Amino acid sequence: MNYEIIVVGGGHAGCEAALAASRKGHKTLLVTGNINNIADMPCNPSIGGSAKGIVVREIDALGGEMGKNADKSLLQIKMLNSGKGLAVRALRAQADKITYPKEMLKTLKQEHSLDILEALVKDLIVKNNKVEGVLLEDETKIKAKAVILTTGTYMNADILIGSERRREGPHGEKPSNYLSDNLKKYGFTLKRLKTGTPPRIDKQSIDFTQTKEEKGDSVYHTFSYDMKPIYDVDKQISCYLIYTNDNTHKIIKNNLNKSSMYGGLDDIKGVGPRYCPSIEDKVVRFSDKEKHQLFLEPESIYYDDIYLQGFSTSMPYDVQEEMVHSLKGLEKAKILKYAYAIEYDSIYPTQLKQTLETKIIENLYSAGQINGTSGYEEAACQGLIAGINASLKIEGKEPLILKRNEAYIGVLIDDLITKGIRDPYRLLTSRAEYRLLLRNDNADLRLREYGYKIGLIDKKRYQKFLDKKQAIKELICELKEKKVTTNDNEFLKSINTPEIKDGMTLYNLLKRPEVTIESLKHLLNKEYEFDVLEEVGIMIKYEGYIKKANEEALKMNELENKKIPEDINYDDMHNLASEAKQKLKEIRPTSVGQALRISGVNPADISVLMIYLKKDYYG
Amino acid sequence: MNDTIAAIATAQGIGAISIIRVSGSKAVDIVSKIFTNKNFKTSSSHTIHYGYIIYKDEKIDEVLVSKMLAPKTFTREDIVEINTHGGITTTNKVLEILLSEGCRLAEPGEFSKRAFLNGRIDLTEAEGIIDLINAKTEKAHKMAISQIGGKASKLIKNLRNDLSHILANIEVNLNYPEYEDIEEMTVSKINDSMDSLEEKINKIICESKNGELLKNGIKTVILGRPNVGKSSLLNNLIGEEKAIVTEIQGTTRDSVEATLIIDNIILNLIDTAGIRKTDDIVESKGVEKSLKLAKEADLILLVLDYSEPLTKEDEKILNEIKNKKYITIINKCDLNKKINDENLENKIYVSAYKNINMESISLKIKELFNLEKLETEDMSYLGSARSQAILNKIKVAIKEVKNGLSNGATLDMIEIDLKNIWNLLGEIIGETYEEELIDELFSRFCVGK
Repeated sequence: MNYEIIVVGGGHAGCEAALAASRKGHKTLLVTGNINNIADMPCNPSIGGSAKGIVVREIDALGGEMGKNADKSLLQIKMLNSGKGLAVRALRAQADKITYPKEMLKTLKQEHSLDILEALVKDLIVKNNKVEGVLLEDETKIKAKAVILTTGTYMNADILIGSERRREGPHGEKPSNYLSDNLKKYGFTLKRLKTGTPPRIDKQSIDFTQTKEEKGDSVYHTFSYDMKPIYDVDKQISCYLIYTNDNTHKIIKNNLNKSSMYGGLDDIKGVGPRYCPSIEDKVVRFSDKEKHQLFLEPESIYYDDIYLQGFSTSMPYDVQEEMVHSLKGLEKAKILKYAYAIEYDSIYPTQLKQTLETKIIENLYSAGQINGTSGYEEAACQGLIAGINASLKIEGKEPLILKRNEAYIGVLIDDLITKGIRDPYRLLTSRAEYRLLLRNDNADLRLREYGYKIGLIDKKRYQKFLDKKQAIKELICELKEKKVTTNDNEFLKSINTPEIKDGMTLYNLLKRPEVTIESLKHLLNKEYEFDVLEEVGIMIKYEGYIKKANEEALKMNELENKKIPEDINYDDMHNLASEAKQKLKEIRPTSVGQALRISGVNPADISVLMIYLKKDYYG
Repeated sequence: MNDTIAAIATAQGIGAISIIRVSGSKAVDIVSKIFTNKNFKTSSSHTIHYGYIIYKDEKIDEVLVSKMLAPKTFTREDIVEINTHGGITTTNKVLEILLSEGCRLAEPGEFSKRAFLNGRIDLTEAEGIIDLINAKTEKAHKMAISQIGGKASKLIKNLRNDLSHILANIEVNLNYPEYEDIEEMTVSKINDSMDSLEEKINKIICESKNGELLKNGIKTVILGRPNVGKSSLLNNLIGEEKAIVTEIQGTTRDSVEATLIIDNIILNLIDTAGIRKTDDIVESKGVEKSLKLAKEADLILLVLDYSEPLTKEDEKILNEIKNKKYITIINKCDLNKKINDENLENKIYVSAYKNINMESISLKIKELFNLEKLETEDMSYLGSARSQAILNKIKVAIKEVKNGLSNGATLDMIEIDLKNIWNLLGEIIGETYEEELIDELFSRFCVGK
């Protein structure tokens, strides 16, 4: 069997990688342990959220699938942070755990140059530090020009419940037991990580009168720039809010020694995510808090499991029962699936290049949780980039490397490969220096051009994008030309903004915080689409701040453009601090800008590096 | 940076011993060539050796030579220090020999620069050391030491910590909007913290300005109409207090003509010649000139005559300097009082001639510049031009936060300027590391599935 690209793993990273590669016309094979688990959502039933929601938009702008697939499987959708400012808004949806994988599988099956194979990969075929295919556990060899590893949490996976440790993946699936040892053999440094998931409760056994309902937005949203809403805004499925109480905390404290993480198991090496603490952690570390918020989230309309968000635990079953029953409304709750923690191997991500190709083996790429991230969105965007770059490499073209001021995807990958990780990496808006530039509304303006050039956005969608850009231009022109006069004072009063003494352009009027672009719609000659109005509204209101951010980004890019030659010898730089030298040798940054972001490399080291570069390279 | 540098490390001039410092990979080799002690080259690190500096068969000086090998040295390079027997000629000769044997003359501050580049000290410390080298008085010396000890860094670190609480709070609000039980960062809370930050920054700027004065001296003009006793005042300050007057030549501050140290305060006197002239010749041309110079002075010592009523000329001078820092020195207090001094400010009564109450001048200066406080309380200051520029940038950013808040800007905009302040504070101490904020976020807030 011969392929151009093999993708190992069918999770969110694997699906995007396989789709990108096959859509670019490469003969692609997706190898998965279980075809029924393709695009599975083993943890929370939601897509998006702060920063992550913007990543989904970015994936869509580049021609990835996650946004569309989420739009097809919505139970509920919200725009977060609408009150906190236009630049930090992000979409978050509850997605149906049956529909989402089903729709994704359907999409995968429609791709002509994509095959799906149910098997476990045991080893890589490597010749002269170049990957040439994979070896399956049944000893079958499959050849390929490039291989993308997207194994998620399956490498040497252990499920932990109380004092029990079982060698298996999520849902009791067979884990991959050989691959990580073989990666070690090739020289990869692996890192043991851990994550957890809360119990699932039978919907029928919950008294919802004791809870607070959390509805979806009453206006329509889509993640994808190319999708019309296909859900009914009035028929969204609600989530529910409840709280822990004294009794819950008492039960947890009394049983702490039974939790895997708190002494139930003494061989835990995995580092758990700081942003996703278990309920034990929350109760112990924030002991002054009287109660903790928990959300009841429906997993699907096809079955009764309710995901108890905020209640991750590695307590044994009997304690979990007690804990759950202490919650208001859940006194008689039936636990359908117990909470568990999972420990797994990941590749330490500083061993990757910005393209997500590994530094150790050529044409081998890795994406998703195997790279130490957490979250479906973080995985999917890496899968997309790995798929794109593996394809571009085969085609002999320049890779796609997104800058930190272009996309959260760029921030994420640069963080991973430059800083490495301590615990599973979650995207946060604060990780981006220029988040005002990386907004939910402008993902297409930032990235669609790339998507088109790469070949994942077709002519029709691209034309639609060009039309939008044109409309934005026209609208700005119109706002700059058109004026309100003293004759309009009555109208200004009606929209609660001070009257004027002279004429004022609509553009300047819009700078007033209380004036919205919607309220000026009737003064315009032409009708504009909602997203055009929204975009221009933000551009005008944030003009000063956006300008500042752009100037800062420009400064950063200057350092980014100071390239460090690949063959640089850090041992020649006698004045480098030894920690910096070691870090620079490990990470081998491609630019001075990237070097500056390495922890342990100080500005003084950068001066030494710059002096050296100036002397020996730039002349 | 691979070459070996040398310079005279001690102050030029009189003194029992002068030290020449040599730093770089060839330091030991070069000194070995001109040093008689044959054990020196092979001896272990951090040892002292006795011998002679010899050049072309001529004994130059009897010396002690310290050998300190990298990395445990100030520059983290090999360092050799030659202790010569003082005397400008001998010391210069030794230096010249070193230069001809392959050393390069160090630029001002280059040892510190190497220490900084080699990661031995951070930027604030480097600035502190440069100040230490330049410290002219004991107090300035103390101030420099406290900066090296990280007092200034600590002060800035604390401000930065306060700010990171706010930033982390905003981050959690933005990243975990579904958590109702987490405090929302509000306009009034940010405003309050900006007020307090501004106050602290202002205090630092003010104190560092005073620190600057302590270090570099207070630009001072002695003013007064003829015959009030300006020159006897000057003579008293110079003579009786055993102060040192040095002519400063070739500095950029050409108008400074003498440096006077009283009670550990450096006064850079402007136009001393004018004082002497106007006192001798009964005419006011000298005063006119001094008034012009007074405009650029930090301090004016206005001299009045106790035994005469205020004249029109006195009133004119008072009016000209009313917006400046000045001390009204009412001289000749041993004579009969005729001066109408009810409305005068910052006044002290002295007799320069009879040496009465002269110590009150320095006390008054300390009071005026808040130097007493600087001496007893927190001495930390951030005097360098670089730090000052950043502190001023921070003030601008604070204003922008406040403007934003009053214009109804949303949190996402406000946070940009807050983050800017946080980064600027980090710039002063050479630290800007995003991960800190994320740590803060997760250590203070309970969020997640």
